[in-house]
Parts: sequence; structure tokens; C-alpha cells
Amino acid sequence: MTREELRLLREIQALEFTVLEFALYLDTHLDDQAALEEYNDYAQQLREARMEYQDRYGPLHIMHPSDYPWEYPESPWPWQIEY
Amino acid sequence: MWRYEKILQYPVRVSRTDLSLAKLLSAQYGGPDSELSAGLRYLTQRYVIPTDEAKAILTDIGTEELAHWEIIGTLIYKLTEGVPVQRLRRAGLGADYAQHGRAIYPSDATGVPWTASYIQAHEDPIATLHENMAAEQKARATYENLIDLSNDAGVIDTLTFLRKREVVHFQRFGEALNIVRDYLDNEG
Repeated sequence: MTREELRLLREIQALEFTVLEFALYLDTHLDDQAALEEYNDYAQQLREARMEYQDRYGPLHIMHPSDYPWEYPESPWPWQIEY
Repeated sequence: MWRYEKILQYPVRVSRTDLSLAKLLSAQYGGPDSELSAGLRYLTQRYVIPTDEAKAILTDIGTEELAHWEIIGTLIYKLTEGVPVQRLRRAGLGADYAQHGRAIYPSDATGVPWTASYIQAHEDPIATLHENMAAEQKARATYENLIDLSNDAGVIDTLTFLRKREVVHFQRFGEALNIVRDYLDNEG
């Protein structure tokens, strides 16, 4: 895994964590509009980062379009990555 | 449904293999207050819990616990990767090797296999949410013990992240409890 690939993967991890943390908070605070706006902003950033990563380095999940041959199994498995 | 994503929730870095630490971390892989217990407990409690907020929080925290289970599995994998059999035996992992080789198996730090008797599902939502708050505190305390036992900076970093998640989950379950209480008061 190249440094650039790892950098983007770490960015996705950070964004996913932020989005999840807002989502759990919103689950019990349905009408916190300010938190919802921040959630939407980070969710959009996450969508873009995921798209960029998958276009460049291959699918993170099986619902993403793949080039030939089927790419999903080839990218490193989470427990094999050296951070 | 669930969809797997090929990414850890938090990075896992270990400085070197450490067999006794790997064995201790089994506490959170297949022990009573493990991530496995937490995930299955919350995900199976969802069906009869009142209020949409409580259904959402059980679903989303339950799903996050499965991601934590993968983090613990990764820690154990990296701490034992490629270690020769005789070193496993000298470190007290001979019995594990005899039964599982180097595969990762959901048992606790003393080797007792995971069992569903660690968890409860009850229709009473007040009982359920209190169980979950207690579970988060027990998991937090387990992580503190594991941090005390660790001397690897990477492992401590990951365990510290997981400990903090227990604190946040406790908070969210407490809020869900208040929402459910209000709902029951208005129902009655």
C-alpha cells in the first residue's frame, strides 16, 4: 500500500468516525438542527473521499462497480494493513 | 441487512509480537463483556424495544461493536502473526495451538469459549437499557485493566480509543432510557 493510498484511507477513517459520532448523537437528539447541519457536511465529505479512494485503489465493499477482473478480493484486508 | 466495508474503524499498530498480551486481549474478543457480547446483545434486543430512537441507537451501537470486534481480532492477529509453535507453547498458548492452530477463536482470556449466557434480551425496555449501560461500564473497566497490562504504545493507543467509545455508548443509552421513560409515562 502506497503512502498516498494509506493517507486517503486514514482520511476516510477519520471522516467515518466523525459521521458515526454525529449519527449516534442524532439518534437521541432528532431536532438538533445545528448538529444535523454538521452531520450533513461531514457525510458529504465522506462520500467524496470514499468515491475518490475507490476510483483510484479499488472497492471497499462489494456494491461498488469493478473493473475486470473482479477487484474486491485483491485490495489489502483490514487486518493486513501496516499503519 | 449488513454490508461489510474493507476498512478498520480505527488503525491497529503493534510494535512487535506479544503472545501473553494477545491472550489477555481475548477478554474483549470472546469474554463476558467482550465486543462480541455487546454487538449480539444490542442487535438482538432491537425487535421489541419501544420508540424509534431506541431502535436506532441499538442498531447503530450494535453495528459499531462488530467493528470493534474486528479491531480486537486484528490486534490478536498482529500480536501472534508468524510466531513459531514452540514460542507459542512457552508463552502458555500450547493448548490454543492444539485446538485452533493460530486461528482466532472467541474465548475469554482464560480460554472459556464465548456463550450466549453472557447476554440477556428482555421485553422490559427499562431492564434492557440498564443492562446495556452496565455492560458499557464493565467493558470500560476491562479496557482500563488491559491498558494497565499493556506495554506496547500502539496497542495502548487502540485500546484507549475503544475505552472512550464505551463512555460515549453509555451516554447514548442513558439518553435512550430517558426517551423510553417519557414514552412509557405518556402511554400509561
